[in-house]
Amino acid sequence: MTRALLLLRRRLVGSVFVLLIVVVGTFLLLEAAPGDAVDAYIASTGGDAGMIELLRHRWGLDQSALTRLATYLWALLHLDLGQSVTFSRPIRDVILERLPNTLLLMGSATALSFGLGSALGIYAGARPGSFRDRLLSIGSLALYAVPGFWLGLVLIIVFAVDLRWFPIGGIESIASGKTGLDRAADIARHLILPVSALGFIYLALYLRMMRAGMSEVWRQDFVLAAFAKGLSRRRIVLAHVARNALLPLVTMLGLQSAQMLGGSVVIESVFSVPGLGRLAQEAVAARDTPLLLGIILVSAVLVIVINLLVDIAYAFLDPRVGASEAGA
Amino acid sequence: MSDFTISRRSVLAGSALLLASTALPTIGWAQTPKKGGRLVVAADSEPRNLNPAIVASNGVFFISSKIVETLAEASFDGKDGLDPRLATSWEGAADGLSVTFKLREGVKWHDGKPFTSADVAFSALQIWKPLQNLGRTVFKDLEAVDTPDELTAVFKFARPTPFQLIRNALPALSSVVPKHIYETGNIEENPANNAPVGTGPFKFAEHKSGEYYRLERNADYWGKDQPYLDEIIYQVLPDRTSAASALEAEEIQLAAFSAVPLADLDRISKVPGLKVITKGYEALTYQLVVEINHRRKELADLKVRQAIAHAIDKDFVVRTVFLGYAATATGPVPKNDPQFYTTDVPTYAFDVAKANALLDEAGYSRGDDGKRFSLKLLPAPYFNETKQFGDYLRQALAAIGIDAQLVNNDSAAHIKAVYTDHAFDLAVGPPVFRGDPAISTTILVQSGIPDGVPFSNQGGYKNDELDALIAKASETLDPAARTELYKEFQKKVAADLPLINVAEWSFISVIRDTVGNVANNPRWAVSNWADTWLEA
Repeated sequence: MTRALLLLRRRLVGSVFVLLIVVVGTFLLLEAAPGDAVDAYIASTGGDAGMIELLRHRWGLDQSALTRLATYLWALLHLDLGQSVTFSRPIRDVILERLPNTLLLMGSATALSFGLGSALGIYAGARPGSFRDRLLSIGSLALYAVPGFWLGLVLIIVFAVDLRWFPIGGIESIASGKTGLDRAADIARHLILPVSALGFIYLALYLRMMRAGMSEVWRQDFVLAAFAKGLSRRRIVLAHVARNALLPLVTMLGLQSAQMLGGSVVIESVFSVPGLGRLAQEAVAARDTPLLLGIILVSAVLVIVINLLVDIAYAFLDPRVGASEAGA
Repeated sequence: MSDFTISRRSVLAGSALLLASTALPTIGWAQTPKKGGRLVVAADSEPRNLNPAIVASNGVFFISSKIVETLAEASFDGKDGLDPRLATSWEGAADGLSVTFKLREGVKWHDGKPFTSADVAFSALQIWKPLQNLGRTVFKDLEAVDTPDELTAVFKFARPTPFQLIRNALPALSSVVPKHIYETGNIEENPANNAPVGTGPFKFAEHKSGEYYRLERNADYWGKDQPYLDEIIYQVLPDRTSAASALEAEEIQLAAFSAVPLADLDRISKVPGLKVITKGYEALTYQLVVEINHRRKELADLKVRQAIAHAIDKDFVVRTVFLGYAATATGPVPKNDPQFYTTDVPTYAFDVAKANALLDEAGYSRGDDGKRFSLKLLPAPYFNETKQFGDYLRQALAAIGIDAQLVNNDSAAHIKAVYTDHAFDLAVGPPVFRGDPAISTTILVQSGIPDGVPFSNQGGYKNDELDALIAKASETLDPAARTELYKEFQKKVAADLPLINVAEWSFISVIRDTVGNVANNPRWAVSNWADTWLEA
């Protein structure tokens, strides 16, 4: 356990710097984009010079960029994410409202792509070069090449419009008054299509990685030894070949979590899921800098935590990794 | 629909045909309204402020007009094109210094308190005049509102103000909010701005950010037996294709403000149970306009502007960009306006040879590469159609030897580039005609407007004659004389081309045929829906 704790401490110190770079970088990027929150707002309302000046003053946009960044960082130091310009509400509340939806979507999609992807990868990798191997490899590659929004639209047209098995979007039925298990079932029904759209695309990655890893392991001497011992093929595939090919997949899982956040922007829009990705897109369009910073921060923390968990899992899965880290 | 504000009045040949083919079968059928039911409507944006007294825009009205009512609403057949709402009558004094409103009796706010003239006085003086995006112009000379009794409000103006203008402004600019809720604290920070309290047929129930708004029936509404619906839900559907899918899947019953893209209309009009309707937006006309930066020396030359006007095939634009759901424009007032429009203006027929000749005459001959000069062209990003017209205009200009470089921006960047930085030569904009040229039309050509004001003359155009004409019209009280001045205004604008009006368009609704009393006034989508009902 101390191994894990040491790792944790080292990681946390590094994370603070990562977060600082992320915040300042995002702030500067958005500062460089032409137009501010007031420009974005008056695009939909119009207004005269007096009103525009009043708004800039009220939203603190008449101050210099440096002052605003300093104010933001100072508030952040006190764990205050500030006030959203677009929502006129505390950013913490806005994000907390959306975060569970994104976590649910991302978590389920990751579970789907990792679970199904590695299972199919094992199935394909058990007999490299066989017909089923080729079929799965090509099929998954085709799926990987499909753009996420297009897959989403096709799923909507087939399963929501034509067959009407699932709702076209949203996170749950509107003002249905459902509670407890009923509500959970309702949410699950709404999530099936978006999770499939998001999960199927990344499935190919895990499938191919697992398969490639396994075909490598097949050539190792210990596999030959296992055959020589007279173990069943099934046991060799699962306990020896697949297990050794699993490690890179766990690494991939950590890396993929960041990508998944990006991919969910598109899927959340297509399926009208009120999540963080859509919120980020709206924040950029509205030039709501504090809101976007808040979302990026939360996402960065999320990615850091997931990667930390992956590292810890690694340390347990492969004793050699943890030993070198802890000893360093 | 975009949160951005717009308008148009003609039902065009193409769309009228379409209307006839899809809507006629249901006319004359099931005319007794039923009570009850939940109407689910597509919404594409969530306005940051839902108070229509502060933000007079269609994005806000779409939701809040059911909750907060105005003094009067636009009407197809009412006197002066108006239907009474919170006011039952209105009368302007001959000297233009006062307007008297008689208010409706027995109206209650959603919290049970009575509605009185004090609420009207408060809304006008504390909100419309100082805070409202449009009211700041129209009510700028409003000095006081006298309330001799609970049901009379007398607006007093410091300078003579045309009653015609006030009347034309009523449907969009006169949302009345309760004094007792807004009188304490900062009006713009009031929580009621996001959970409005009004007198309307529906009460604000809840808003789940990113998901929906829910309005519920106001049982104490003043309209007899109204409203019919129990509930209205605005389902937030950010993706444009999802509104069409949701209609087909019967998850929503109405997509207004062209939420279904024009290209999908042909297909969706064939889905059984769905109707495509162009009616009900007559008072919400958007104008497709080429904004011109007169600081560019080439564009300051009238011949060049005339050449550009001749290079644009307006019929082609209506047919191809708007798929027929628009009308060609002749000047700054749309054809469908019943009060001010005149055909007596200079016109510019599509004539490439003439355009080339004009440019030669102006001294901009073609170089070796066939180009006369280059321009920066910025199409506004708010509508597909403004972007597509940008692509068309680039090609049209190429035909006359003008090399236009397209610059595509998002809303915030476009507003900044055009209206603050003036970093454009030509821009494509969609200004709104709001029933009276003084509300948001003359500002497009008038000089002396500070930098940064959106949807105004930021092209550096200055024409003293035109400025004088606009000033004179703003203080002319006699409606007939005032109308004449605006006809003169149209003629001058079309002659001198401070900007080029290309087309006029409005919106399309796609709706289930189970919804009754649809599109029965010229601002239907942003009216109160008290008489809308659902076939069970």
